[in-house]
Amino acid sequence: MSPSDDQAITGTIFDQSTILSIKDLSRMCQVDERHIVEFVEEGVLNVVEVSSEWHFTGDALRRARLAVRLERDLELNLAGVALALDLIEELQRLRRELEARRS
Amino acid sequence: MEFKDYYKVMGVARDATEAQIKQAYRKLARKYHPDVSKEKDAEARFKEVGEAYEVLKSAEKRAAYDQLGQNHRAGEEFRPPPNWDSGFEFSGAGPGNSVYSDFFDSLFGAQARSGRSRGDFHAGRGEDHHAKVLLDLEASLDGGPRTFTLRMPEIDEEGRLISKERTLNVQVPKGILAGQQIRLAGQGARAPGSGKPGDLYIEVEFQPHPLYRVDGRDLSLELPVAPWEAALGASVKTPTPTGMVDLKVPPGSHAGSKLRLKGRGIPASPPGDFYVVLQIALPAADDDRAKAAYTAFAAALAFNPRASLGA
Repeated sequence: MSPSDDQAITGTIFDQSTILSIKDLSRMCQVDERHIVEFVEEGVLNVVEVSSEWHFTGDALRRARLAVRLERDLELNLAGVALALDLIEELQRLRRELEARRS
Repeated sequence: MEFKDYYKVMGVARDATEAQIKQAYRKLARKYHPDVSKEKDAEARFKEVGEAYEVLKSAEKRAAYDQLGQNHRAGEEFRPPPNWDSGFEFSGAGPGNSVYSDFFDSLFGAQARSGRSRGDFHAGRGEDHHAKVLLDLEASLDGGPRTFTLRMPEIDEEGRLISKERTLNVQVPKGILAGQQIRLAGQGARAPGSGKPGDLYIEVEFQPHPLYRVDGRDLSLELPVAPWEAALGASVKTPTPTGMVDLKVPPGSHAGSKLRLKGRGIPASPPGDFYVVLQIALPAADDDRAKAAYTAFAAALAFNPRASLGA
């Protein structure tokens, strides 16, 4: 039996064009807003300022959740989280490149 | 239920100090953290380590566990004796809202888990759930329905946390990229009472594709060409996500030459590009005619591929 279009659930993509408020992000990551502010101050999250209000793009959700997990599971401080996130991204980029060269 | 030797899991002695346990946890957590680790069973090991640490880092839980553990070995069939935990008070929260083993639950109960207290964070609304799924690349190229089977933590009638299997039929949005999330409104945890259910976020990863390699929104293909096609230029048939095209290989191309077909990658907004990386395929010299052709080739060109090495 193949799934048909009409019974499938439709979702929304979270990407660069998705705009999230600090409240959205705080709820989705289950941390308080103050903590999101700390992430921004430490450079863990990038913020888009629209008329003196903070907004985030959809891909900030993934980054923020990863930051929360690292903080909690590895007992890292904010600077450590920021460093780990940068290194993880660098590692992913290098792995992709390596894979590209191998094939 | 099997008895779990938390000391063995953490690789510490039974008389390890708090500092030693913390140190062991940090080392193992870094090694097996699913976001960092390349180890195959990282997620399972990480959960095991997290559970062991949850018990051993708390003086009360550790004391209770020690009292119980004197007569048991890892893997042994185990039932907690009645009232075994009287005289101990449990509190505190541990790493994450991961699902702990039955062994843990039978000892410390689901209420000892931090995942429960977090539910109060936004009262009246069910918790959001998150899951990762592996998609075929075609799902993003064409969009369309896909069926996923997810394991979801759920609270049963008796208030216990159980892991339930659930099949979802999801309309995959065209142009989704690896690492992006799809939000399915109302597909998260049910809310207590009449509140709104939470949402389900699905993070997408792609299965390896037989032809194309994925890099963000761009795709690339290794295309074998004959030496004369690369040297003289040619029009060659090439598969792309939108069907076969005639690709112009410019004269003087070499192995590794990259040709870009703009906008023919993943149909996101903006769409990615499609790269063709040339590979030179050599015909085999397996009969007299082929050998003669290679010999004539060598005589005509006097080519030294190692000139740049001074050889």
